Amino acid sequence: MGKTLFDKVWDSHVIEKIDDGPDVLFIDKHFIHEVTSPVAFVGLKNRNLKVMYPERTFATADHNTPTTNQHLPIKDRLSALQVKTLEKNCNEHGINFWGLGHKKNGIVHVIGPENGITQPGLTIVCGDSHTSTHGAFGAIAFGIGTSEVEMVLACQTIMQQKPMKMRINVNGELSPNVTPKDVAIYIISKLSSSGATGYFVEYAGSVFENMSMEGRMTVCNLSIEMGARGGMIAPDEKTLEYIKGREYAPKNSEWDKAIKYWSTLKTDEDGIFDKEYNFNGEEIEPMITYGTNPGMAIPISKSIPKAKKSESKSSYQKALDYMEFNEGDKMIGKKIDYVFLGSCTNGRIEDFRTFASLIKGRKKSNSVNAWLVPGSHKVLKSIRDEGILDILTQSGFKLREPGCSACLAMNDDKIPKGKYAVSTTNRNFEGRQGPGARTLLASPLVAAATAITGQITDPRDII
Amino acid sequence: MAYDKFKILNSSAVPLNIDNVDTDQIIPARFLKATERKGFGDNLFRDWRYNSDDSKVESFPLNNSIYKGKILVAGKNFGCGSSREHAVWAIYDYGFRAVVSSFFADIFKNNCLNIGVLPIQVSDSFLEEIFLEIERDSTSTFEIDLEDQEFRVLSSNKNEKFNISAYKKSNMSNGFDDIDYLINKKDKISAFSNKTRY
Ligand code: SF4
Repeated sequence: MGKTLFDKVWDSHVIEKIDDGPDVLFIDKHFIHEVTSPVAFVGLKNRNLKVMYPERTFATADHNTPTTNQHLPIKDRLSALQVKTLEKNCNEHGINFWGLGHKKNGIVHVIGPENGITQPGLTIVCGDSHTSTHGAFGAIAFGIGTSEVEMVLACQTIMQQKPMKMRINVNGELSPNVTPKDVAIYIISKLSSSGATGYFVEYAGSVFENMSMEGRMTVCNLSIEMGARGGMIAPDEKTLEYIKGREYAPKNSEWDKAIKYWSTLKTDEDGIFDKEYNFNGEEIEPMITYGTNPGMAIPISKSIPKAKKSESKSSYQKALDYMEFNEGDKMIGKKIDYVFLGSCTNGRIEDFRTFASLIKGRKKSNSVNAWLVPGSHKVLKSIRDEGILDILTQSGFKLREPGCSACLAMNDDKIPKGKYAVSTTNRNFEGRQGPGARTLLASPLVAAATAITGQITDPRDII
Repeated sequence: MAYDKFKILNSSAVPLNIDNVDTDQIIPARFLKATERKGFGDNLFRDWRYNSDDSKVESFPLNNSIYKGKILVAGKNFGCGSSREHAVWAIYDYGFRAVVSSFFADIFKNNCLNIGVLPIQVSDSFLEEIFLEIERDSTSTFEIDLEDQEFRVLSSNKNEKFNISAYKKSNMSNGFDDIDYLINKKDKISAFSNKTRY
């Protein structure tokens, strides 16, 4: 029987199968950050254990770090303590630590790929649900809890039931100004925020084949927002081109062996999926969310629909009440207070290029606060080197320093209560971007168009 | 040995009849700044439990003194979103030992099982029954029998079986966790780590 890409990578990492229980899965690469790791290290200490393979773990400070004045000590006492604790734990156990100001510092899911740590065929975990991002390279990558972080530190393994397999095919071609973010939100709006729970997704079809690695990362990143453990895309020429020459990528004869192996990482003709969906790329428009989960999304030109049959009426109404929206409202033209460009979903260099392409020669609306936060120091450097910073500055935008920032608002970057933010992030949950904040998820292009006009704007009306 | 053994639980329950409760609601990000696992229960459902001036939201079930117990009963797709284990720590720390819903998010469910909170998935119709029963009598007692994998409504004798793997069941009933299992496998793991895949 044929195997899927997912089967190939998973099966080659199973150390042991437990009857009526999980598989013991070997983990190749592990990322940690300051928020979900401290208690795992306390656990190690209590059990008197060492980190089994410190060289397989990489640490960054990103979740609660400030995005201004990073050269100064962190003001928030608790945030400072978390970052310090991470540094101390890493030093104690010999783990690579890329703290604030380090040139490899940045959001965990941005720095993994950009340093060549993320590679096809690997198992990658991190105590953060958007670890699914790394699946863009044909790796099995997923988020874990802190108990599991402790397991990986102690034993380089975790215990997991093998998920079911789903394939999502999007064929055809995307229309101009429809971005990978729109493709992902479109899929989530069709499947709902729990439609892929229990599954691991493979994305296939011409739309993904034609997509850049950055775009594929955006799509895989959002897999968790429909409940999937993760998403992955088979490696191809683009994947190799992206990885080649990066610091942690295999070199010389190792590279030759690696690419030979990577070329086998695709679903066999007769590979079997538990579920399969087909969508047509031509049908996808720029998307935006109107509710409090990422499944509550529509094409930007449409009005807020009635609750679906599968949705509970009261939960649906609760979401609209929170947003202060009504059924039938048009999205276009709604006034917006904040625009946020950043996060591991849309904080890579391509996202800044896209944003800059629209705002170039235009001015930021005075009524909008815009927070632009690069995903890493490398992204920040490219923004400067490519002249994008000049374009931003000329249009009245300021750039912040790298980090998760308002994606989860653990630092000072909080959208105030009741304010509306068009955000390129991944979650529009109540209070996600600050207590009482109202988030509308969209692409960097929609964010740019909205930042120029101060209201929800279809980028196709401007370009 | 990471947590209390779980055998049989008899308790009344607290209802939270809302779908798609995400972990940002269970514990908002700004309360994730601890470096130890302590005191998370105070901030469980913080923004639903308290107004911005820290006064209680009277209508929220956790603030309603008629609801008590070690079982939380919630709407479908409970625990979606962030992988933060802090969500389950908060639930545990508050005093819950079991969460019942008709559908759980994957990572949340794993996190529960890893720290000794039992996630019980029941049918939509049975979940509805449980909500109705709590509405009828908020002190109504439920019995969770891990050995028999059964959730029982004691007043009406309506029961439903639930699933749990044999491995996790034995962990829960003995208070063991996965690391207790894995540390005995280190030789196997290091042999595996030396294998090259290409
Ligand atoms: S940017 Fe947001 S989603 Fe990504 S790692 Fe940071 S907090 Fe998590």
